[in-house]
Amino acid sequence: MSDIEAAFEDGPAFVPYLAAGDPEIDASQRYVEALAAGGADVIELGLPFSEPIAEGPTIQSAIVRSLEGGMTVDDYFEFVDSLDVDVPVVCMTYYNLIYQYEDDEPQGGSEGQKGPAPFVRKAKEVGIDGFVVPDLPAEEADPLRTACDEAGLDLIFIVAPTTNEERLDRLVSLSSGYVYVQARLGVTGAREDVSERTTASLDRLAGYDLPKAVGFGIKSGEQARDIVAGGADGIIVGSALVDVVADGYESDEPVAETADRLEALCRELKQGAVAGAQDRPTPERT
Amino acid sequence: MSESKPDPDPETEADAKFGDYGGQYVPEALMPAIEELQDAYERYVLDNEDGFMDEFRRRLRDFGGRPTPLQRADTLSERYDRDVYLKREDLLHGGAHKLNNALGQCLLAKYMGKERIIAETGAGQHGPATAMAAAHLGMPCEIYMGRRDINRQRPNVFRMRINGAEVNPVTTGRGTLKEAISETMRDWATTVENTHYIIGSIVGPAPFPAMVRDFHSVISEETRKQAKEQYGRLPDSVVACAGGGSNTMGIFADFVDSGPQSGPESASGGEPRADVGLYAVEAGGSSLSVDEERGVAPNSASLSTGSEGVLHGARTKLLQDSDGQIMESHSVSSGLDYAGVGPELAHLVDEERVEAVNVDDDAALEAFHRLSQAEGIIPALETAHALGFLEETDRDLGEFVVINVSGRGDKDLEAALEETEQRDIPNAPEMEVFE
Ligand SMILES: Cc1ncc(COP(=O)(O)O)c(C=O)c1O
Repeated sequence: MSDIEAAFEDGPAFVPYLAAGDPEIDASQRYVEALAAGGADVIELGLPFSEPIAEGPTIQSAIVRSLEGGMTVDDYFEFVDSLDVDVPVVCMTYYNLIYQYEDDEPQGGSEGQKGPAPFVRKAKEVGIDGFVVPDLPAEEADPLRTACDEAGLDLIFIVAPTTNEERLDRLVSLSSGYVYVQARLGVTGAREDVSERTTASLDRLAGYDLPKAVGFGIKSGEQARDIVAGGADGIIVGSALVDVVADGYESDEPVAETADRLEALCRELKQGAVAGAQDRPTPERT
Repeated sequence: MSESKPDPDPETEADAKFGDYGGQYVPEALMPAIEELQDAYERYVLDNEDGFMDEFRRRLRDFGGRPTPLQRADTLSERYDRDVYLKREDLLHGGAHKLNNALGQCLLAKYMGKERIIAETGAGQHGPATAMAAAHLGMPCEIYMGRRDINRQRPNVFRMRINGAEVNPVTTGRGTLKEAISETMRDWATTVENTHYIIGSIVGPAPFPAMVRDFHSVISEETRKQAKEQYGRLPDSVVACAGGGSNTMGIFADFVDSGPQSGPESASGGEPRADVGLYAVEAGGSSLSVDEERGVAPNSASLSTGSEGVLHGARTKLLQDSDGQIMESHSVSSGLDYAGVGPELAHLVDEERVEAVNVDDDAALEAFHRLSQAEGIIPALETAHALGFLEETDRDLGEFVVINVSGRGDKDLEAALEETEQRDIPNAPEMEVFE
């Protein structure tokens, strides 16, 4: 069992997301560490891409702030390398950055020095445990899946409300670590309500062993609770946390205070998830 | 297409990829819709199920005004000492080739039972074409357009609104075509169950590049026939501008496999070329260099200067930095101002079947004025790049050259005059406003 999958073992997992380097490297490092302090079980860390087609306005803005701050792929790897957190880190990015990656100091071997293989090798070296790549459907995923298998890292696929049974089977069989259950159609962004489609998706996934983490739109402990009570093994929260960073940035709040607010929101979300598990009619998944 | 489909894979494979280019790099939420579209494309477009293609062709004729003429340009022919013919897509309803695709996809959406149309637009030519097609077929329609392009192309914004479309400004990035496509994909990811996304060029995930080409291939079908009727043989060279490349592949489609020419000698008695030369003219902008530091390429020449990568659902040639971040492109013509290009064109250029060339902003403006004065046709600034190539090139284009006049320049008057004023264009007319 990978470290990522193991993170879902003792109760529901809380999986926060931030874009690395938002709004700049040093503050961002503090913020990511605040996620861990607030109870993160896995951290999804965005590697910013200039055309983030799956993101709503909140995360788009975070990506722009990070890129405008000068974030590069090499900076990202350094960023992860120097992070002081002891939970697994998932790199969330878009395929072109993986596809273009070139190793400065190739390790030899036949996999080639450009593309998924060297990207995954480098990621492993700096302590990354897995990947989510929203613009990489099962159809195009073979090279990255193979590279992850060779390195022993996880590749997490997103299951959407529109995913049919046939695709569901294929996606779950290609996934490792967890399955990312997209709670609703559309792009990332905090929402007021929990979609009915979340429950429907979880029902469809009930027969599969891999942990199911639900994301897209969760912003409060109350929602986290409902979703976990509805059968999720974990919750993924991005935009609501990015909002805190954006807010701090726009109001010139001291980094330490923004970090405190992030940590507090993380605690609320994590507690919501834990409470949700207790609400469940049936005993915990073992 | 064969009647029996024991294994759908090889078929989709063939349509989805052009060599190593193409593919389907889109979020999972869109994949079921893409599969549905692939199925509809095969049934209605390739197999003419329910007479889809018949209805499409009929509407192109009655509503669109097809066929468009292939016209000999007498003054240009004299100037270049060869027979220059213009394929007059500027005379298609709406003033550009774009209607072929917009009408085709809008009709397809209707056959598929979709209730709403969305589209991106750059120059604003695909937007108005989509708005017209949607009004014609009674479909509600929303168009995403970059802020900067809205400012460059005001008249088109009004045209779209007058046709009943809603225009949504896109403020991210530099506010041009690239951002508009990203934003339309986001809308689609939310509304995919009842909405069809009419992508405006031969870009995006499969089956869009092949399908959009098929809707535009009527241009080359007509050109082939008209060339034989009027000139007695196929052209030696076909020249078209290339942004995404839809007018380009539209007029190239039936010439790609033209093979060695046989049949009667040309009207003027010259030897025809072995196969039809195909020239894709990209926007050279103000310079072919790139500024890695600022992430800006002051051109849109992805075939000439770009490298392989993944953008907007397809593997193709792109303007990108060494990390793979997409660059901001530039062209005086907003319809060519895009950091990517259709995967099929990228493949044909690699295969050396199509030659990628480029023409810069100044030469395009000069060609804009030249055609207006010499032939009485104001071309779109996009088209002006194809015409500029004719002036600048020292390649042997042969006796008989066809230029695809992809659109008329009415939409560009303001931009063309403004850009002309900022430079030293030798053939620019007097633009002083009378008091
Ligand atoms: C008149 C005209 N020509 C050419 C283009 C470029 O598109 P494509 O390269 O897909 O033909 C446009 C795009 O808007 C256009 O309006």
